[in-house]
Amino acid sequence: MSTLLEVSGVSVSFDGFKAINNLAFQIGERELRAVIGPNGAGKTTFMDIITGKTRPDEGRVLYGEKSLSLTGLSEARIAREGVGRKFQRPTVFEDQTVAENLMLALRNNRNPLAVLFSSPNRADHTRVGELAEEVGLTAHLGRKSGELSHGQKQWLEIGMLLAQEPRLLLVDEPAAGMTPAEREHTTDLLVEAAKTRAVVVVEHDMAFVRRLGCKVTVLHEGSVLAEGSIDHVTQDEKVIEVYLGR
Amino acid sequence: MWLWLSRLSVCFGLLVAHPAMAQDPGAPIQMLLQEQGEVIAKSSRRTIGPAIDALANSGFAEAQTVLERWQDKAMWVNEETGLFVFAEEIDRDTIRIFDPADGSEIGVVPDDDYKQLKPNSGIRGMIAAALVQFQLGDPDATVRATALDAIERDPEPAHLMALRAAGEETDPALLVRKARLERLLTIRFGASEDARIEAIQSFAGDLGVDVRAALNPLVNTSLRVAEAAPEDAARVLAPGSEALPKDQAYDLLVSEALAPPPLAPDAKRQALIDNSDGSAVAGIAVASLDTEAARDLAYAALVEQGLAEPAATGLEIETALERFVFFEIYTGAPVAVALAAQEALDAIEAKVALNQAADLALDAISLASIYFLAAIGLAITFGVMGVINMAHGEFIMMGAYTGFVVQQVVPDYTLSIILAIPIAFAVTFAAGVAMERLVIRWLYHRPLETLLATFGVSIALQQIAKNIFGTQARPLTSPGWLDGSLVFNDIVSISYIRIAIFVLAILFLLLFLFVMNRTRLGLEVRAVTQNPRMAASMGINPDKINMLTFGLGSGIAGIAGVAIGLYAKVTSEMGADYIVQSFMTVVVGGVGNIWGTLLGATLVGTLQKGIEWLNPSNTLAAQTYMILFIILFIQVRPRGIIALKGRAADA
Amino acid sequence: MTDAALTMPRRAFIQRHPAVLVFLACLALFTLAVTLLAEGTGTGVISTSFVKTLGKTLCLCLVALAMDLVWGYCGILSLGHMAFFGLGGYAIGMWLMYARTEIIVAESLAQAPLPPTPDEIRDGIATQIFGVVGASEFPPIWALAHSLPLQLAAVVLVPGLLALVFGWLAFRSRVTGVYLSILTQAMTLALALYLFQNDSGLRGNNGLSGLQNLPGLGDVPQSTVSMWFFWASAVALGAGFLLCTWIVSGKFGSVIRAIRDDETRVRFLGYPVEAYKLVIFTVTAVIAGIAGALYYPQAGIINPAEIAPIASIYLAVWVAIGGRGRLYGAVIGAAFVSLLSTWFTGGQAPDIPLGFYTIKWVDWWTVLLGFSFVGVTLFAPKGIGGLFDWIADKRSPDRHGADLGPDQGALREQEAER
Repeated sequence: MSTLLEVSGVSVSFDGFKAINNLAFQIGERELRAVIGPNGAGKTTFMDIITGKTRPDEGRVLYGEKSLSLTGLSEARIAREGVGRKFQRPTVFEDQTVAENLMLALRNNRNPLAVLFSSPNRADHTRVGELAEEVGLTAHLGRKSGELSHGQKQWLEIGMLLAQEPRLLLVDEPAAGMTPAEREHTTDLLVEAAKTRAVVVVEHDMAFVRRLGCKVTVLHEGSVLAEGSIDHVTQDEKVIEVYLGR
Repeated sequence: MWLWLSRLSVCFGLLVAHPAMAQDPGAPIQMLLQEQGEVIAKSSRRTIGPAIDALANSGFAEAQTVLERWQDKAMWVNEETGLFVFAEEIDRDTIRIFDPADGSEIGVVPDDDYKQLKPNSGIRGMIAAALVQFQLGDPDATVRATALDAIERDPEPAHLMALRAAGEETDPALLVRKARLERLLTIRFGASEDARIEAIQSFAGDLGVDVRAALNPLVNTSLRVAEAAPEDAARVLAPGSEALPKDQAYDLLVSEALAPPPLAPDAKRQALIDNSDGSAVAGIAVASLDTEAARDLAYAALVEQGLAEPAATGLEIETALERFVFFEIYTGAPVAVALAAQEALDAIEAKVALNQAADLALDAISLASIYFLAAIGLAITFGVMGVINMAHGEFIMMGAYTGFVVQQVVPDYTLSIILAIPIAFAVTFAAGVAMERLVIRWLYHRPLETLLATFGVSIALQQIAKNIFGTQARPLTSPGWLDGSLVFNDIVSISYIRIAIFVLAILFLLLFLFVMNRTRLGLEVRAVTQNPRMAASMGINPDKINMLTFGLGSGIAGIAGVAIGLYAKVTSEMGADYIVQSFMTVVVGGVGNIWGTLLGATLVGTLQKGIEWLNPSNTLAAQTYMILFIILFIQVRPRGIIALKGRAADA
Repeated sequence: MTDAALTMPRRAFIQRHPAVLVFLACLALFTLAVTLLAEGTGTGVISTSFVKTLGKTLCLCLVALAMDLVWGYCGILSLGHMAFFGLGGYAIGMWLMYARTEIIVAESLAQAPLPPTPDEIRDGIATQIFGVVGASEFPPIWALAHSLPLQLAAVVLVPGLLALVFGWLAFRSRVTGVYLSILTQAMTLALALYLFQNDSGLRGNNGLSGLQNLPGLGDVPQSTVSMWFFWASAVALGAGFLLCTWIVSGKFGSVIRAIRDDETRVRFLGYPVEAYKLVIFTVTAVIAGIAGALYYPQAGIINPAEIAPIASIYLAVWVAIGGRGRLYGAVIGAAFVSLLSTWFTGGQAPDIPLGFYTIKWVDWWTVLLGFSFVGVTLFAPKGIGGLFDWIADKRSPDRHGADLGPDQGALREQEAER
């Protein structure tokens, strides 16, 4: 399995506080990975660095076959390269319909003039229909997304991420605030997604991570503390000490 | 000739005089006055000089008194006898007269026969200059000071002698002045070149305006032209350079009759018109004369026919200019003196530039203080609370008008300012609290709408002020002890009012730091702005804190208004004049940090003064360029000079 | 847009947007009515000066459309669009003034005994135009003033380029929200201050005047000229409405509304947000420039005070009162508020005697406008356009009081009620 993303020696500090400290991380082409860690471990900053929101002070972030360096690129460029990100709180465009939200996310030319002078074709509409089917929102295509329930918004956002057809998907606490049934649906979506791309899930909830059944990376104070299966890391002395407590 | 005539007239006067009163017409001073009688009576500035000199240099002890009385318009002349007397008016028709020779009273007479001498101010100045030599030796120090004043005002060669001849000066301040004056006069009137040069050199680096006034005439030059430049030429000028445009150079040649006059376009046009018969000029159709080239041809034809003067062509002008050398020579003083003066001036100039920079820095600091005062309220409402208040400028205006109203009620300026500051604070605090309760509270977290709603308040307040106070500027008078300025030297000075504003700005900075870091209110404000929910759960009432904070920011704007009103005029639009700069100050400095605001104000103030210095005629341009600079600055540091980083910046 | 609209591809543009048809029909009816009633072309019920007022109002509606596009749809509260409007006016005003002065100077020089040279004509024009600021030479920016096509190009290019450069600088440094508003206000102030200088080359605070006279058409009465401009303004407004509807209706519109609501999210979708903003900012600046070029020949005079930031603030006021985020709202707001303003400040509104004080509307209108603006912002964020929803009985989604927007400053409860 070839490596899709390689992060090495990355550090970043805010006003003297080292949020990320000499972090190294790797993920393959089609892999599901969970990243866990206590508050302040640097999980969100880690995603910020990959998606271009935060520039690291030092270190390398290499992506894809050509080992493209992501550290100097804009967020939009990184997204176009195939890195999708789902935020902790559902961020869909509430004033627009579910269909419009999905249409926005479809993998098409993003250039403003191209967008201005083209209009969605039949294939685009079909794709939107398929995606809605996939995330279970077919019945709601014409509704404004602001009217959806919290869980539906999460799915819509996952649908939008799928519409982007990313090669690397970063998901921040997807199960937060969901009912057990919704969680199950979400787990299925993520596992399904990871069959065709790399998925990184940042999560607090151990039970949810266990259900994902994948390799786990534990972050602590901005660097990797342990890596391995969920059983492996939960038995690690250091992990128990800093994360699981007691 | 006139002297002789006047003597004759005096003799004649003596013969026919009818000495009703006991006045000695033969007293030496009276004789002298009689000698100059006509000129004195004529009282013309152009001719009076010799008469004053004659009196001053007569050596008579009474001369000083005579000059003084004359200057005070207390000298009268008997129209019949031509004898001069001192007189004081008793009532409209009678005067008491005294003998100029010994000051003894002659008697009280009707003023019908006497005419008062009324020297005009020019003549009085000349008399004052003449009196100097007497006054310099006067035992009274104020009189001696007056004499020095008179010399400074209108120096004459004779003063140099008088200064040197005057006795030992005992008053130390006067001694310094006198010595300085003596050297200044030496520069101008010194007998030998060496003495003058020495005096010039003694002033090396002196910033006094008087020194430059004495030196500048010495380096006067005048433009000359010749086949070759003399050795002592101050400088040689090339025609066509910036200092000597070709037109001017050629005009000089023409005026020196070294070259024929050029043909001005107007003259050419006039010649063509004069020789036109309505349809043609010298055989060329008038209708075709719509280019300069065609007109040149027609004029040449006229010259050929002898109908117009030949004029210098462009080529001739060029050759003439090349044949001669243009140069400047010193006209104000011998070359050696002029060169020494030039050298001294250059040295002074360099020092002046340095001092001007210092003066500029003081100006910049005081402007920065004003921006800081205007912006500090914003630093609280915008910087700390994140609430944008476009009516902030109107709160400044409100404070200034409050000061104006207080001055209408309390006439004592010191008292009224002391009263105005708390009242202005109270008024704008109340206005701020009212606005927070009625408008801003409902728009938290919707900054664009807050901006618009406060704009609405801003235009309404501005118009209300206009309706109440009218459109003309209202003065806010500062107390007398704030008038005048602190003078370091002739270049560097700062008015007390600016110092007061600076001090006020410092006080506000300290007050702000104290309130935010050392009081319960400051702690609660910081808590509420960082995490309102958490603060609320700890028993802080965020509504109340927001209200108080907003009121505080507005109240400070009111006090700033009083300070700015003292410095600038109070109008309904004064707030609008400061609002953009205030926001720039806060944004450039970095939102949420008082030190940033201070740096921002310093940067904006310095920048504006710096640009004004580069282009002093145009303050509008200075503001334009300053704003452009700020737009570019934000490119480099979008979050301002002092930027919050990391998570805090995203909050 | 409904589900049906999305799944039914390619219908006629007008069919998909019935509002356009209604708007164009209203505009055509209005134009026809004014034409029939005007002095120059009809019964004369409407005076020439009122025709000009109506024509100017149409231009203000056009710039309000631009403002709505940039603010209501893209979320950029620009306080610089009236500056672009003024620049358009200055660009056309330079040609109008030059060409007309040229004719006057040529006429007066024709009386002279010698035919004038080109330099004499040029000097004559320069003295006529710049005598008032004590200059007698043409500043470099007047180099193209003799040519109508070039100045017409300037109407589009000058505001467009300024917007492009300023927008590029501002957007690339990620200045957003109120900061951007303040920055645009600063730009506007800088421009106004620059134009206020006598050596700006545009006659300082005298501005350009006599613009109502068309060069070479001195014989045509103003009653006719005013109709020409009225028709041109109506056509421009109609075209502008079509253009704006086209921009906001498709996917592009979807993107810019998304930028307004959550710019970070759009960025993570891979859209170059800055480029979109720049396109909108520049296009709307060009529309504003064209509107200004039509407005000032009807107004007759332009001076730097017209560019001052307060003008752009009023523009935002019109759009907000009309209802932002809907194009017809901007038009209604601009027409309503500017005509009302004319009525109040023109001294036509009756004074209100209170016994102890008489409210003169000339003085108090601005106060009323300011406070009613605060009221609209607080109580009717949808503006006049909200009335249409009320009539059409459109209901807002019931959110049971839950938080709506994803982030601070994004879409909130009241705003989402459309």
